[in-house]
Amino acid sequence: MKVKYLKLDKAEGPLIVMNEVEGAVYDEIVDIEMPGERRMGKVVQIDRDRVIIQVFQGTSGISLDDVSVSFTGKPMEIPLSREILGRVFNGIAVPIDGAGQIYSSKYYNINGRPMNPVARLYPRNYIQTGISSIDGLITLIRGQKLPIFSGDGLPHNQVAAQIVRQARISDEEAGKFAVVFAAMGIKHDEADFFRKVFEEAGVMDRVVMFINLADDPVVERIITPRCALTAAEYLAFECDMHVLVIMTDITSYCEALREISSAREEVPSRKGYPGYLYSDLASLYERAGMLKDSKGSITQIPILTMPNDDITHPVPDLTGYITEGQIVLNRSLYQMGIYPPINVLPSLSRLMKDGIGKEYTREDHPDVANQVFSAYSRVQEIRALAQVIGEDELSETDKKYMEFGRQFEERFTKQDFEEDRDIYKTLDLMWELLAILPEEELTRIDPSLVKKYLRK
Amino acid sequence: MANQGKIININGPVVKAVNMEGFMVREMVMVGKKKLIGEIISLEKDLGTIQVYEETSGLRMGEEVEGTGMPLSVKLGPGIIGNIFDGIERPLSKIYDSGHKFIPEGIGLISIDESKKWDVQILAKPGDMLDSGDVFAVVQETSMVAHKIMVPPGIKGRVTEVAESGSYNIHETLAVLENEGKKHELKMYQEWPVRKPRPVARRMPIEKLLVTGQRVIDTFFPLAKGGTAAIPGGFGTGKTITQHQLAKWSDADIIVYIGCGERGNEMTEVLEDFPKLKDPRTGNPLMDRTVLIANTSNMPVAAREASIYTGITIAEYFRDMGYNVAIMADSTSRWAEALREIAGRLEEMPAEEGYPAYLASRLAAFYERAGYVKNLNGTEGSITVIGAVSPAGGDFSEPVTQSTKRIVGAFLALDRELAYARHFPSINWLSSYSGYVPMLGDWFKENVAPDMMALRVKMLRILQEENKLMDIVKLVGEDVLPDDQRVILEISRIIKMGYLQQNAYHPQDSYVPLSRQYQMLKVIERLYDRAYSCVKKGIPLSKIKDEKLFSDIIMMKYNASDEKPGLFQELTERIDRYYDGLESMYKEGAADES
Repeated sequence: MKVKYLKLDKAEGPLIVMNEVEGAVYDEIVDIEMPGERRMGKVVQIDRDRVIIQVFQGTSGISLDDVSVSFTGKPMEIPLSREILGRVFNGIAVPIDGAGQIYSSKYYNINGRPMNPVARLYPRNYIQTGISSIDGLITLIRGQKLPIFSGDGLPHNQVAAQIVRQARISDEEAGKFAVVFAAMGIKHDEADFFRKVFEEAGVMDRVVMFINLADDPVVERIITPRCALTAAEYLAFECDMHVLVIMTDITSYCEALREISSAREEVPSRKGYPGYLYSDLASLYERAGMLKDSKGSITQIPILTMPNDDITHPVPDLTGYITEGQIVLNRSLYQMGIYPPINVLPSLSRLMKDGIGKEYTREDHPDVANQVFSAYSRVQEIRALAQVIGEDELSETDKKYMEFGRQFEERFTKQDFEEDRDIYKTLDLMWELLAILPEEELTRIDPSLVKKYLRK
Repeated sequence: MANQGKIININGPVVKAVNMEGFMVREMVMVGKKKLIGEIISLEKDLGTIQVYEETSGLRMGEEVEGTGMPLSVKLGPGIIGNIFDGIERPLSKIYDSGHKFIPEGIGLISIDESKKWDVQILAKPGDMLDSGDVFAVVQETSMVAHKIMVPPGIKGRVTEVAESGSYNIHETLAVLENEGKKHELKMYQEWPVRKPRPVARRMPIEKLLVTGQRVIDTFFPLAKGGTAAIPGGFGTGKTITQHQLAKWSDADIIVYIGCGERGNEMTEVLEDFPKLKDPRTGNPLMDRTVLIANTSNMPVAAREASIYTGITIAEYFRDMGYNVAIMADSTSRWAEALREIAGRLEEMPAEEGYPAYLASRLAAFYERAGYVKNLNGTEGSITVIGAVSPAGGDFSEPVTQSTKRIVGAFLALDRELAYARHFPSINWLSSYSGYVPMLGDWFKENVAPDMMALRVKMLRILQEENKLMDIVKLVGEDVLPDDQRVILEISRIIKMGYLQQNAYHPQDSYVPLSRQYQMLKVIERLYDRAYSCVKKGIPLSKIKDEKLFSDIIMMKYNASDEKPGLFQELTERIDRYYDGLESMYKEGAADES
């Protein structure tokens, strides 16, 4: 018989405090029963017989006396089976699509465990997204974690949706493909947008959605990505599927973490975020990857909005230190009418170097990408100069760079939401653009490749 | 009966227990039913505060804490090289072999392989007097490392018994020493507490270059054997690639690579690449001299704090054998953040940005374990510490970067602007420095060329000059500058593209021996001298800048190889021919006019 505790000492924000509890287990789940409602919570701190519990649904409506709390002795676990495909759950993995519970004999701890680096398989297979700036310059690799750094009002959802739609088609093992979608604090219409995109792309039966909307309880937001990643690990490593995990919006997740941290009166570090923000984010992001003994993979595309478009804000900053690169969206490009507004210069794919070239995409890919990067970065310098002295005063070469910059944005970066360019088309386009420049400027490409691919 | 405490408080990786009277500070303990490994950080009456090196989720109030009677220590002996360990020296490959794709808690204290038999060659004879640090046996551990078995510090005596050379595991006794009636059994391994530096006879001056094969480092900001260096840079600036390049190519005998709070895939990459890569000097696989310590960013944070001590203790052990060891810590910022996280849980008073006040002194204590030393056994060895720093927001004014900068001898600042332009390694030549230049002058003179240091200064001056000119160019454009200044811009472009940029993935360019670095500099110098003197003679820059010649000089880094030793000679001759021709043409022209 489980012991039920009938008295709380304190209820404040997301936390309740209880005294005289015996044998509490760190991180265990507690059931909170109150008249007409059940809530769930988690033990976050134990001091002698005093226990601090974080209530997922918040403490609003809880009275100190009219409540019954029982301890389960176990961390949070969720049941998983193949039946989760096509289903919609709330932030703590309770089905909300009216199609009933998931029944499984197997329960999985949502905290996961760190992958043994020895067990990992280094990701090398590229994923064609059909978006030129990503495929050509920030190549996505299967098993990678590649976030989209965006800002409020920028089309990050469209970019993510386009990746989901187009990445599937190029996959030979289409039957082995699944999408896990974790929404944290996003708006209703954003969630609907994704649902519609999945339906239109005909992938709905391969999507698992975990939805915590902006008006849902804040503490659940901390649980949502963990449930989603546990489901992803199950699909990837037990069902051998290639799983694409979209997590949006990481910034709201971090704000939820901050809210709880301040309720617990912890020492804050930068901008009030807790000192363990890095470790906490890593415990999500590091769950991407591949294993030697498994055919599946987890590729993560977390989306975060940079407050005030500031890339040095703690959320994008710490994310960038953990993830394997980033896709950065840029407001001024978007205002110029360029979709997708990907600014390639601060963007980066760390795993790209090992997943492109002769054996994967095409032999000229590494050099030509390198050249386009450095040319476009030169364009920025020349534009700054042109602003001061006027474009007419530029040298001939510099004028060509200006033209390169314009065409790069208009023809290469800009692309229709429905347009799916394959990797060869993207690479050829890069050569076409480089042909604008004098040939001596192509110092980063092997001369033999220039000879082979450059068409003046 | 060992001491037993009782858990009364759990807060993340920090656990408090009562009944802790017989314990000591820094003692290693086993926490709870799962026997999680922990270390006591403070004691107050019967209350002990413990940091736990494993995930504490699932720990129950009232569970026991068991003492081990010794401080957090590592086992040092054959089986370390080529292996990958977690932050407290538990072998990850062995954990994987026992079926753990994900790292579980409570795997206990395992370390180097205890059953493996090693071929031991015994060097000591009965009757020998052995002192601390003396080598009494040797094991060829890998193709590159002869593992010298030493008498542990603090022990000495006359050899009374020795085993025959042959095959032994690390627990078998190889020799017995007797000193003042006390017997010491010597085995193949010794244990050492990680937080205590191993003793040396004395420190020696730093005067040897750590050759890295990276042009911008060797030529402009050289590292020294026994020195310290920091590599700060925001994300995406290439810290890890730079660290990997140093681990691959530097001419140390042993590399200890600590992945401290970084990505799991990066450790996997090292594990996949290093066995395939060949050491440029011996041709043996690089893994045969490398030790990896991995505490990836999602592994327990307390073990991150311990990982750099584990790493440096292993480094000191190999130094004691007379090896030059280089230790890479990627990244020390994560270590500092681990300190901060634990300090926060202990409710210590925070100093700058929430870091504890002892951050600077802990960092200093770590970097001070580097050095070029005379060992107890009379050999010379060194430890070079190269720490990556990941400043928040790429802002070098934050406490970890600043505290590190005060201590280290070389500072290789990675620059985000350069990285965006794909200029790699993105080491900023204006803000970086190496304090070892004066100490290495003689070494360069003897081992490279007498004028190497002069060349270095000349090139740096050109780059400095260019920086000043760029301020003007940014305002008014390049065309308005006089030709003698524009030639500086052109030559700087060659230095930047043809020399400073180095492609880590290009077979010819990944590692460049010093002799080739020198020759490349000489070619650039010749071009500069000739071009500059032409400008002074009034020849227009458009004639001086021969596109083909300039671009061939930029590309010389890819074309140079040991098979084509004549390349630099050929380029020099081409420069001379071109400018001789140009000068004589203009001399004639001038003569005609007059």
